[in-house]
Formats: sequence, structure tokens, C-alpha cells
Amino acid sequence: MRVTTVVIGAGHAGLAMSHCLTARSIDHVILERGEVANSWRTERWDSLRLLTPNWLSRLPGYRYEGNDPDGFRTMPETIDFIDRYAAAISAPVRMHTKVTSVRRTDDGYEVVTDEGTWRARTVVLATGACNVPCIPAVAEALPAEIHTLTSMTYRNPDMLDTGGVLVVGASASGTQIAEEIQRSGRPVTIAVGQHIRAPRTYRGRDIKWWMDAAGVLDDRYDEIDDVQRARNVPSLQLAGSTDRRTVDLNRLSDMGVRLVGRLAGAADGRAQFSGSLRNQCELSDLKMNRLLERIDAWATERGLDGEVEAPHRFAPTRVDDAPPLGIRLRGGEIRTVVWAAGYRPDHSWLHVPVLDHKGRVRHDGGVVQSPGMYLLGLPFLRRRKSSLIDGAAADAGDLCDHLAGCLDHGTARAKS
Amino acid sequence: MSTTKKPVDNGVNVEALLGARTALTDAPAGAKFTWRAKCEWVRGTHSRSTIEGFYGLGEEQKHRSKFTFDADHPEIFASEDKGATPVEMVLCGLASCLTAGIAAVAQNREIQLHSVTATLEGGMDIQGILGIDSDVRNGFNGIKVTYDIKADASPEEIKAVVAQSQKRSAVYDVITNPTNVTVVVR
Repeated sequence: MRVTTVVIGAGHAGLAMSHCLTARSIDHVILERGEVANSWRTERWDSLRLLTPNWLSRLPGYRYEGNDPDGFRTMPETIDFIDRYAAAISAPVRMHTKVTSVRRTDDGYEVVTDEGTWRARTVVLATGACNVPCIPAVAEALPAEIHTLTSMTYRNPDMLDTGGVLVVGASASGTQIAEEIQRSGRPVTIAVGQHIRAPRTYRGRDIKWWMDAAGVLDDRYDEIDDVQRARNVPSLQLAGSTDRRTVDLNRLSDMGVRLVGRLAGAADGRAQFSGSLRNQCELSDLKMNRLLERIDAWATERGLDGEVEAPHRFAPTRVDDAPPLGIRLRGGEIRTVVWAAGYRPDHSWLHVPVLDHKGRVRHDGGVVQSPGMYLLGLPFLRRRKSSLIDGAAADAGDLCDHLAGCLDHGTARAKS
Repeated sequence: MSTTKKPVDNGVNVEALLGARTALTDAPAGAKFTWRAKCEWVRGTHSRSTIEGFYGLGEEQKHRSKFTFDADHPEIFASEDKGATPVEMVLCGLASCLTAGIAAVAQNREIQLHSVTATLEGGMDIQGILGIDSDVRNGFNGIKVTYDIKADASPEEIKAVVAQSQKRSAVYDVITNPTNVTVVVR
């Protein structure tokens, strides 16, 4: 089977690219291992809502038109939204078609699937940033009696034993899961490594409204100081909920969740925690305050100071004088460990020499170092919003322009 | 008065450090270092350590000269006090590591430092090392580092430099995280 462009993955990013390709009359197919929005259907916990308000999911040619623009989509609503988009743009999706290999050929790429082989001049990798949960090596040292889950396999507290739970990771997933489990009556300890604190609302507006309006989400990968560092920063510690509450470490402490340092080791039936908790929280508070300063400066510049609430700062993250450096894993104090230490993409099927020594695709703003290959949907790919649904429009537009140029160039070269 | 800004100079060659980061990203084998120390017992609790060679960038390296450090215990431990105690040397290592990091991070952020002073305290209950109470650990029960910094920057910017220095510090990591230690006798 031949086609000009193969898009791998029918999530919001692959669909946005499909819209751009269709607009340029570039024939293409989207290969999807499951159904449209597959990760949202199969790899998320029950209570999860999107971290961005409804209005902030603008896809090319499609936006929210309901009556709750400031609400946060549940998972079924998210799936429905992406499903409707696929239908609205008549995306050529081949569902239940799992890509097992992509190789370079003389004139493009060979994409092997369990439903046949495709040949294409260009390929767009839109399989997402969250394919595999990051599980630290210390996992192997846990006693066998400990039940382990990841933020991808966790669904709700009912599936857990009674007894203590250690949640490893304090970004959006870890804090939300910790809050929900603590509320179920199981005492939670949360191991806190690098995380980025952010309030849900600030000066009466949603933090994402500020970040969008002030241009923070539009920061470009080729204009910021250190893109490598920016790409490794975890996503904001936010939660979407009907009461718009901020789920930060102070809130978790108020509920009785115990804060400990990063999980550093396990030996003799004990988990060992880093003594760096205070600095992790300090780094996070400082980073949050820099964001708020940027927002305040923008608000003043735009003359919003009388219109919105006055600037203020949040109480620093409270850390005990001597947080525990270890807890017993045997004997029932901890029955379950939930890994919420982040995710990474899985490109193990990509047999093109574009991976670095850590298995990451080498690219310049989504233009992969192999002609005609593109990448979408990774953190800070081209902009700060690249990993948001709202980031797909601009990135897909830019990369589709490049892809079209690549096709024109190839045609011109073939003719000459 | 001239309005031209004087270039920031904390005596750190940031270009060289950033260059090394780029070079070692592409050649990770060169980033594997081995640090060494040799220690000779002198008499009683007095010992003398020497530091000379180390391994890195794919080959044996040498300091410009040999450094020696005497360690001992104070007279209240019935020792001769010929040098700092080993635990005090740990505090020196932590302070020097964090302070070097502060200079480098400040240089990279174009912050001129005028003075940086760290004061360290490590609390210890010596019932642990004396074997009086097995519930008491041998090591510090906590370390407190207090920085007094004069620099051309806001208090928030200075705090951010100190926080970033902790994030990148080797000795801070050694002290805050477990490390496997293998001691063998030949």
C-alpha cells in the first residue's frame, strides 16, 4: 500500500496533522493501534479530568462550543471531544492497526503493521509523550509482598488493599492520586522529587488563562535559554475539578498525607528517602513565584490591575524539620506503591537511526534528523504548549508546512 | 558615572563548562570519572590523606600538585588534635561543593557575587559512635547550612541560585542519598 504520508497515532496531535494535510491535499492515512484517543480510553484513572479548561482545547478547525468553557473534561468527555473531531475532519483513521516497524527506504519509509505494510514518502510520529511509565530501578528492591501499580494501571482506591500507600512522584498524577487515596481512608506517604507547583487559580482567573493570555504557553523552543532543561521539566502540579481546587503539597499535608523526599533506595525491607525534600520544595516555590511575577508584569502592562484581583503570593510549601528518611515496607505499614514518577515515549519500533543513547528521537522542533520524518506532541517540542491539546494546532501547522516543502523539494529533485 | 555595565566576573569559565556539557552529551563515556584518595595512619586517631590523581575524560589526570589533609580527634576525646575531625571534613566538602556551584550558577545567570559565606552545623549524638544506644545513628542527625551572600541580585534571585546549586551538587547528593560502600581488606 502506498500513500504520501503516514501519520502514526490518532490522538489529538495526529488528527490535527491530518487536518493540515487535508487542507494541502496531501493524501495520507492515520494508523492507530486501538481506537481514536486510545490512551485516554485505556491508560487513565477513573476520576481524572483534563488539567486545562474546556475552552483551551482549540484544535485546527474545531473548538469547544458547550456551556461550561471554564470546566475540565472528564475522561469520557475528552474521548468524545477527540472522537467528534476525527469525525468532523473526516480523518482517514485505520483503527486496530499496530505499527511494529518503521524503516528508511530509497524514497521514504516502510511502515510495517499487523494489518499490512505501507510505503510513504513522509512519516509523522504522533504516538504521544506518555507511552511508558517511568519506574525507577529501586522498584526491583521492593519486597515481593508489596503490591505495585503505576499511574497508568491505577483506576481508583477500591482496587487497593487497605493499609498504607506510598505514592512515588508529586507532579499532577502523583498529587491527584495521593489526594484520592488519602480520602479513601488509606494513609498516604508521598515521595517528592522534582515537581512544579502552580495554583489552579490566581487573581481570580485560571492559571492556564494567564499563561495563555500572557504568552507563556507560546514561548518558543528556539528562543528560550535551555531547551533541553525545559523539555525535562515535569508538567505543572495541577488538577482539574468542579471546585477548581489547588492540589498542592500544603493541601495534601492538611489532609494528613505525609511528605517525604525522593525515593532513593530500598534495602532490608525499608524504603529510603532523600534528604533533599526541603530544596525540592524551595525550587518549586521559587519557580512558581517567577511565573506569577511574569503574569503580574504582563497584567500591569495590559492595564488589568484594577480589573482583576490584586497580586499576592501563596504560603511556602511546609516541610517538617526532619521528614522521615526511611519507612518499613514489611509488616503492613506500606501495602501498596503507586509509581507516578512520569512517563516517557516508546519509540522501540522506530528502526531509523535517529535515537540518542537514551532512546529519545533527535529532532529540531519536531523536524526529525531523517528527511521527511516529523514528531508531534512531546513536551516543549516547538512551544511551551506543545504537550497540550491546544499546542497541536500551531505545531502541526508549522510541521505540515515543512513537510509540504520537503515533498515539493523531492519532486523538483526527481524531475531535474 | 558610566552607564556601561561591567561584565560579570565570578572567576568561573562558564563557556568552558557549557562546552564540556555539549561535548560530553555526545561522548558520554568521557563523563565517567573516578575520584581517589589515599590515607595513611600516623598514630592514635591521627591520619594523613593525600590527593593526587583521578580518572576522567577517558584518561588518567593529575592535580597541579599533591594535596594533603590531616585528620584527628580533639583533646576531649583523649586525642592529640593534629587536624580536623573526619566529620568536619565532610562539612567542608559539602560547603565547598555548594559554594562552587553558587559561583558557577551565578556566573551563568550573570549575577556578580561580592561575598559568599557558608556557616555549617552538623548535629550528632555520640551515643551512636560510642555504642551506648543502638537506636542512635552514628552520623549526623541533620546538617544546617546558612549562607550570607552579597551579590548584585534580588533576595529571590540569590535564593534561586542557592537552590539550583543544591540541585546540581555532588556532595549534597552523596549526603542526602544512600550510596553503596564496599570496604575490602587486601
